[in-house]
Amino acid sequence: MMKIFLNNIEVEVKDNMTVLEVAKENGVNIPTLCHLDMKSIKMVNQVGTCRICMVEVEGRMNLMPACTTKVWDGMKIRTNTTKAINARRTVAELFLSNHPKDCLTCERNKNCELQDLAADLNIREDKYKGKMPSYTKDTSSNSMIRDREKCVMCRRCETMCNEVQTVGVYSGVNRSLEAVVSTAFDYPIADTSCTFCGQCVSVCPTGALTQASHIGDVWKELNNPEKVVVVQVAPAIRVALGEEFKMPIGSRVTGKMVSSLRRIGFDKVYDTSFGADVTVMEEANELLDRIKNGGKLPMLTSCCPAWVKFIEHQFPTLLDVPSTCKSPHQMLGVLAKTYLAEKLKVDPAKMVIVSIMPCLAKKYEAARDELSNDGYSDVDYVLTTRELASMIREAGINFNVLPDEDFDKFMGESTSGVIFGTTGGVIEATARTAAYMLTGENPKDIDFTQLRGFDGIREGVVKVGDTDIKIGIAHGLGHARTLLENIRDGKSEYHAIEIMACPGGCVGGGGQPFYGNDPAVVEARGKALHAEGADKPVRLAHENKEIKALYDEFLDKPGGTKAHKLLHTSFIQRTKL
Amino acid sequence: MAQTNIDTALFAKLDEYIDGLHSKQGALIPVLHEAQRIFEYLPIEVQNHIAQKLDIPASKIYGVVTFYSFFTMTKKGKYKISVCMGTPCFVRGADKVLAKFEKDLGVKAGTTSEDGMYSIDALRCVGACGLAPVVIVNGKVYGRIEDKDVEGVIEDFIAGEGESA
Repeated sequence: MMKIFLNNIEVEVKDNMTVLEVAKENGVNIPTLCHLDMKSIKMVNQVGTCRICMVEVEGRMNLMPACTTKVWDGMKIRTNTTKAINARRTVAELFLSNHPKDCLTCERNKNCELQDLAADLNIREDKYKGKMPSYTKDTSSNSMIRDREKCVMCRRCETMCNEVQTVGVYSGVNRSLEAVVSTAFDYPIADTSCTFCGQCVSVCPTGALTQASHIGDVWKELNNPEKVVVVQVAPAIRVALGEEFKMPIGSRVTGKMVSSLRRIGFDKVYDTSFGADVTVMEEANELLDRIKNGGKLPMLTSCCPAWVKFIEHQFPTLLDVPSTCKSPHQMLGVLAKTYLAEKLKVDPAKMVIVSIMPCLAKKYEAARDELSNDGYSDVDYVLTTRELASMIREAGINFNVLPDEDFDKFMGESTSGVIFGTTGGVIEATARTAAYMLTGENPKDIDFTQLRGFDGIREGVVKVGDTDIKIGIAHGLGHARTLLENIRDGKSEYHAIEIMACPGGCVGGGGQPFYGNDPAVVEARGKALHAEGADKPVRLAHENKEIKALYDEFLDKPGGTKAHKLLHTSFIQRTKL
Repeated sequence: MAQTNIDTALFAKLDEYIDGLHSKQGALIPVLHEAQRIFEYLPIEVQNHIAQKLDIPASKIYGVVTFYSFFTMTKKGKYKISVCMGTPCFVRGADKVLAKFEKDLGVKAGTTSEDGMYSIDALRCVGACGLAPVVIVNGKVYGRIEDKDVEGVIEDFIAGEGESA
């Protein structure tokens, strides 16, 4: 412990803290732009490049950056002197000098850290006219857009991609005024090993990295009287959408979400958690088949498209490890255009499937050629949570006062599938049903709390009769890499592993509402999903009446010929770049 | 992706150097130096090759190559002309010398002529300020060059081919 003076007030602080941390703990805001501390997922972007956080320290001639300066005993810090404030304002003005000022039409309008900074520092004129950068927008992918003209070189994306996700797509390139974060050889993002996890978009403080939007396409389909537009909503949306409408973190808005979708004009509203229940049936069956018949173990879950693309690029020799199951929304999509189309007597050619996902990679996934059947793409459009909120506002719907409504029948009932949206949920739901399939009895306690939590890598054992099923869980691609290296080197002892690309699982996805990058928010959303799961009257996929009807009337049995044709897929070896 | 026909023997040479390193950690810059010595420049294929060998993302390598002005991604000409633009050379007219080279050879600084004969670079101080302005062609130093001397320098290095290159 040591004593320091913060704006003339004596405070006691722990050793080895930065000025910024001390100030935060003591209720003093020091503005930052590049700094980002997501300690609980072990990501700290502390590059000290933006120089916004300058403070005065007694005895030092120059101002010092609060984010990288450690406190010392007796240090006298002044954060609010005219000198410090003016310096910050000048630095911010220099940032604005070569930043495109198209805020009104920028995707990050009202949600931009540079905009907030200009407002908080009371900048009221465009003081310096810098040389404007000139780059073409990278629209090569249908997941995200890179606009390097808006890059402020905070390098958060680089830290996220290289250190947390270990994908390594980005690097600072060139120098001086030409310095910018880019890809290898400035290749379009679609030509790199990018997984489209979207975490770079989540941490970008400006509009340099944004989602690719498909709102216009969906409005067009909704207004086409020929088309039957079917929407499905991923589990993670219902515990995050409320944030867009100023509800408390972790609010569960399932009923309001469903009624907002009907009011937007979707013909049928389904729950991707139903697709997740189908995934449970198929994946549990596949796991038991691999265990009984000496198949490849461990089996890895395959719900996360960013994770699938990661293994395709980084471990192309391990493609027999993931389950062949399609992801839940792809399963629901293909079932809608076959099973449901029959039930509703709709020509699948006239059916449009829209998925609301917490994810940017799902946009890329839906466009993968092999995820189709009889020439129809399983899913036609993917919108993110943020895009749905946008449509709700655009349609003039007052979300907060909407009544609660239920999903439509045939594919609206779900059980354990709803916890797919949080880390550990997929494997927990799958293990419940696998236990039943193996023994013919439901496990006594179906809450496998040993699989829950927020640590990057976790493990747990599920006892099924005499068998111990050893399970590993990783979220964040860096953690996934560790488990994969073990598998490659023959050191993995698990039967099954769940992997999610995003820290926290889908609740922390790149398409979720911007949340100030506070991992506690992601955790709260995850807990809300478990609460949603616990409130379900039926909590086991194999007991879901609509699932039973689906297999009885249409699919026959899990892993059967029809199920295999419609619900399973294959992977592609890719190169690393 | 651009495909060039680079001699595979050169890659073998680079691999031999990399395999001989005590540790691959922190070896990127020495490896890039060696690669540029072998290939004379660092095209995408070479950077990708190094990325695989050192298990470093290609983006990082590209970042380093574009940061340091010593590294180049353009193939140099048969005659590599470097004009020093350090302060003493500059105040004594290096800019005029550079302009004259550009005009006479039809090549802009930082590029290579289409026939692959000449490349011109503007350098920072080469440490021969007493001879300012300084021009270096394939390692041979020409001191106190004025724009009127440029033609003579060109004739000299073409005539002296094989001598000092």
